[in-house]
Amino acid sequence: MRIDLKHITLIPLFILIGLLYGCSGENESSQKSGIDTGSGQANTQQNTASTSTEPGKLVLAKQQIFHRGNGSEPQSLDPHKSEGVPSSHIQRDIFEGLIGETPEGKLIPGAAERWEISEDGTVYTFYIRENARWSNGDPVLASDFVFAWRRLLAPETGSYYSQTFAPVLNAEAIIQGKMKPETLAAEALDERTLKVTLKGPTPYFLGLLTHSSTFPIHPASVEKYGDKFSRPDNLVSNGAYTLSEWVVQSHIRVDRNPRYWDNANTTIDTVFFYPIEDQSSALKRYRAGELDFVYEFPINQYKWLKENLPGEMRTPLYLGNYYYGFNVTKPPFKDNKKLRQALSMTLDREIIAEKVVTAGVVPAYGWVPRGVYNYENEEYDWMSLSKEERLAMAKKLYEEAGYSKDNPFTVEIRYNTSENHKKVALAIAAMWKQALGVNAKILNEEWKVFLENRKQKQVTEVFRAGWIADYNDAFSFAELLHSQHGINDSGYVNPEYDALLAQSAVEPDPEKRKTLLKQAERIMLEDYPIIPIYYYTSKRVVKPYVGGYVDNIMDHQYSKHLYILEH
Amino acid sequence: MLAFAFKRFLGAWPTLLLIITVAFFMVRLAPGGPFDTEKTLPPEIQANLDKKYHLDEPLVMQYGRYLWDIARGDFGPSFQYKDYSVNELIGAGFPVSLRLGGSAILLALIIGVTLGAIAALRQNSRVDYSVMTTAMVGISIPNFVMAPLLLLVFAVYLGWLPAGGWEGGSFRNTVLPIIALSLPQVAYIARLTRGSMIEVLRSNFIRTARAKGLPEHTVIIRHALKPALLPVVSYLGPATAAVITGSVVIEQIFGLPGLGRYFVQGALNRDYTLVMGVVIFYGVLIIVFNLIVDLLYAVLDPRVRY
Amino acid sequence: MTDIDAVSEVRGRSLWADARRRLFTNKAAVTSMIILSIVAVMVLLAPFLSPHDFDATDWELMSSPPTIANAHFFGTDSLGRDLFVRTLYGGRVSLMVGIVATLVSLLIGITYGATAGYFGGKIDHLMMRFVDILYAMPFMFFVILLMVFFGRNIFLIFVAIGAINWLDMARIVRGQTLSLKRKEFIEAAEAAGVPGFTIIRRHIVPNLLGVVIVYVTLTIPQVILVESFLSFLGLGVQEPFTSWGALVNEGAKDMETASWSLIFPAIFLALTLFCFNFIGDGLRDALDPKDR
Repeated sequence: MRIDLKHITLIPLFILIGLLYGCSGENESSQKSGIDTGSGQANTQQNTASTSTEPGKLVLAKQQIFHRGNGSEPQSLDPHKSEGVPSSHIQRDIFEGLIGETPEGKLIPGAAERWEISEDGTVYTFYIRENARWSNGDPVLASDFVFAWRRLLAPETGSYYSQTFAPVLNAEAIIQGKMKPETLAAEALDERTLKVTLKGPTPYFLGLLTHSSTFPIHPASVEKYGDKFSRPDNLVSNGAYTLSEWVVQSHIRVDRNPRYWDNANTTIDTVFFYPIEDQSSALKRYRAGELDFVYEFPINQYKWLKENLPGEMRTPLYLGNYYYGFNVTKPPFKDNKKLRQALSMTLDREIIAEKVVTAGVVPAYGWVPRGVYNYENEEYDWMSLSKEERLAMAKKLYEEAGYSKDNPFTVEIRYNTSENHKKVALAIAAMWKQALGVNAKILNEEWKVFLENRKQKQVTEVFRAGWIADYNDAFSFAELLHSQHGINDSGYVNPEYDALLAQSAVEPDPEKRKTLLKQAERIMLEDYPIIPIYYYTSKRVVKPYVGGYVDNIMDHQYSKHLYILEH
Repeated sequence: MLAFAFKRFLGAWPTLLLIITVAFFMVRLAPGGPFDTEKTLPPEIQANLDKKYHLDEPLVMQYGRYLWDIARGDFGPSFQYKDYSVNELIGAGFPVSLRLGGSAILLALIIGVTLGAIAALRQNSRVDYSVMTTAMVGISIPNFVMAPLLLLVFAVYLGWLPAGGWEGGSFRNTVLPIIALSLPQVAYIARLTRGSMIEVLRSNFIRTARAKGLPEHTVIIRHALKPALLPVVSYLGPATAAVITGSVVIEQIFGLPGLGRYFVQGALNRDYTLVMGVVIFYGVLIIVFNLIVDLLYAVLDPRVRY
Repeated sequence: MTDIDAVSEVRGRSLWADARRRLFTNKAAVTSMIILSIVAVMVLLAPFLSPHDFDATDWELMSSPPTIANAHFFGTDSLGRDLFVRTLYGGRVSLMVGIVATLVSLLIGITYGATAGYFGGKIDHLMMRFVDILYAMPFMFFVILLMVFFGRNIFLIFVAIGAINWLDMARIVRGQTLSLKRKEFIEAAEAAGVPGFTIIRRHIVPNLLGVVIVYVTLTIPQVILVESFLSFLGLGVQEPFTSWGALVNEGAKDMETASWSLIFPAIFLALTLFCFNFIGDGLRDALDPKDR
């Protein structure tokens, strides 16, 4: 089953710095640095007038209709009630937060035309565009954001993503019901000026603002329609598109919003989002010409795609780590680091990544994936050893832990139903058996049962897990193994680790902060509460006539950046 | 017979109540809850959600609340699809499943009975074997093989038909799903018809009819077919209810917005209200179709009295 | 024992001897029995027919097509495991699940359906309402609960599938019984004061055999497929063990790129189902008491 998490974009350091040193009008640094890939048609954002009608010498199709595969049915289009990647893809098209993104995922002004950050990094002042409009013509006001954020945090809304806003002063107390939503440290200074005060310097805060839960909602229509405000006909939004049709389990149609401030640069008129859960069906519809964009192809078709549609398949790195956890709160793994290390070292990650999982995933020897903003990933020292040396070392550790061929270790691997998880579990069991003689029994569990067992930490020994970052920062990985974190299903506790994370949270200097986080990761890796296996990739197939498509590590793909070429 | 139907109508209510009760408590006993995700919610938010959906109340109170709601025809909000109520989801999904399933059953009935009758009349001939072998293919090829195979051939390779989607139920979009849905039904019905037809053809009253010198087609259509359909009718009751409430495999592979997927998705997501809604809906259909079956029995076989 | 019982005993013996003789003259049924025996023998002797283990992975030979040279007669799956051995091992599970679960459902279904149909009235009404209720139950939850509360266990799968499948059997038997009980010989037996359950056992059940056997040939494939659906949901046979249903399910996903992973298990599955079917037909014809 997929991991229902959203991800937030990277925050190039220069934007922050550029902003700190005074910014007025358009943010130049981001404008210039925004586009640098070689994929030819990436200029949409800048050469505005020409790109929308004639990108280079390419001829646009007469009908600008985009058929977009979108995984599963969105749970909701209400930014505060939705959860999961599919709804966020739609929300990024119909709403616009303060911060926008380039096709590569770099941060640029969105509904806010500029912003200022205080010296200590805790006070943000946003200036909303004069021409920002709701789809009914109302101006987008600073108070609309305040309204939305109060609703996001209000306990009675019950939002999955209220935690996103935890860096803002008072937010946590509001979530816990200890303070009123009105006390949130976000205030509208005037119609278009918004001041937000944070608890501490949070270098990834601007990136958080590309998360769909922070998008504004139209107060008048929420008051009028209540819970039904996010339906077609009712929904008033401020993005490049407006919701026009929603047939549950069939499709969602969005159409160009003529009142959007940057409407002149939008090329595609209509986007159909199809909730197609069955990946091979999605690929078939793509091949039959009904879809222009496959959200995720089935991995067993990777070889076929490579041979038959090589230019259309895209597998860029995605900010996630596929790993196995040890339950370190119970025997046999409690206080048995040697055994854990032996098991981790035995895995041939190259075979798992290249032959079992395929789709371009990258073998993982560390926790924070490559490509995270302002971070160099830590990796195990033994990564440099040859396979034979690793095995010899693993065998020695295994024997020191008290096991041998005659007295083999017996263990259960738990995973949730999915073809991929099954293959990985079987491969891992086979590798342990071959190398050490471990008797690994694999246990498949239904998703909710699996989650329950993982959280209870009573019956689990080794379990599958995966984590996709909510925002592009090493902390979004680091916090997972904090002793108090909700997804620390290994039950890993190391006060030293917790202390380093706490230090990093108040450290304003990015370099020092990085050092602290790297130090923490090193400590955790050496404790072996988890086995990193591979770093995720996106599994996309896109028609060659879809212009403007650029890979990005957060996989945020805005339809307004794309255009359909004649085909 | 009207009196019988009325009695059954009255008897249906306790049945329904029992279905609701058992399903309600079974669903709640399954491990995990609707708001459990990999991303663990802070306890405060979990508590807020539970409160909002009344999951914090004692189970018996929730049960009472639920009964009161459905008595007013309100199946509640879906826990998974938060913008919609269960009533709306069923209201949108059922017409789709009904059209697909209804067409499939009708098609299966016509083809199945014809094939079964032909096979029975030519028992142990080459015709019989080829008909029955073909029918067996329908049963022995699972629909999760048949459906993608049909798609691959007719949509991807030949490009004759769409590879999925509902498009408001256009003919082109429904052809393949209806065929895939009806294939196993054709097979079942053909086999049932053949089996009982052979028995009927050997019975005394057919021999009498033949001895009287009635033309063969009169014997078969007017005398043999009716009693031979009894097992088919028995089978059709629950089969129709099952087919018109949708098939998760067919809906997923063809990308159709029917009811069938809610059974599985609802269950996997622990979407209590949605699962309950579909179960109750399905239960009502079963009751109705069984009643129809019993009434048909009386029509088809005059020896059955109530 | 009454006179009537004695008479039916005598008739019963000659009927079965007669049936056997006629079954063996049915070519399709005999061929099917031979094929089925071969399949059964292969499935039982699986470990001796191939040098490969059913769970041994080979990273150098993943998804490779069939070859005789390295004894991968059916090719390998996506983890490089030999599909020939896996197909045979899968047969063990599928056949066992199919037969045992069908027997369970038969036993419950016939007893239940015949009882309801014969006694009719209030008893029938109550019993069939109970069936209606079970029909409308969320099957998947039932199974999930079972697996969670009692742990994963292959016998539980038999019981679970059998316990679901008897419903159809009960309905069909009950329908047949309703019309059977108006027949003269039942009325005669009733008039002679034979107790109800004896009538069911001696007169109703033997007359149901035709329908029942046809039904069995339909149930075995159904059960085998239900099993694969369960495997698919993660509630069936646990890897590295497998079943035909599970293999076909996996093969279907690779039908274009690794057709062998679908074709071979599908042939075994279909062939077995065909054979059950023809044997069933043969048996029914042979058992038909009116055709002597």
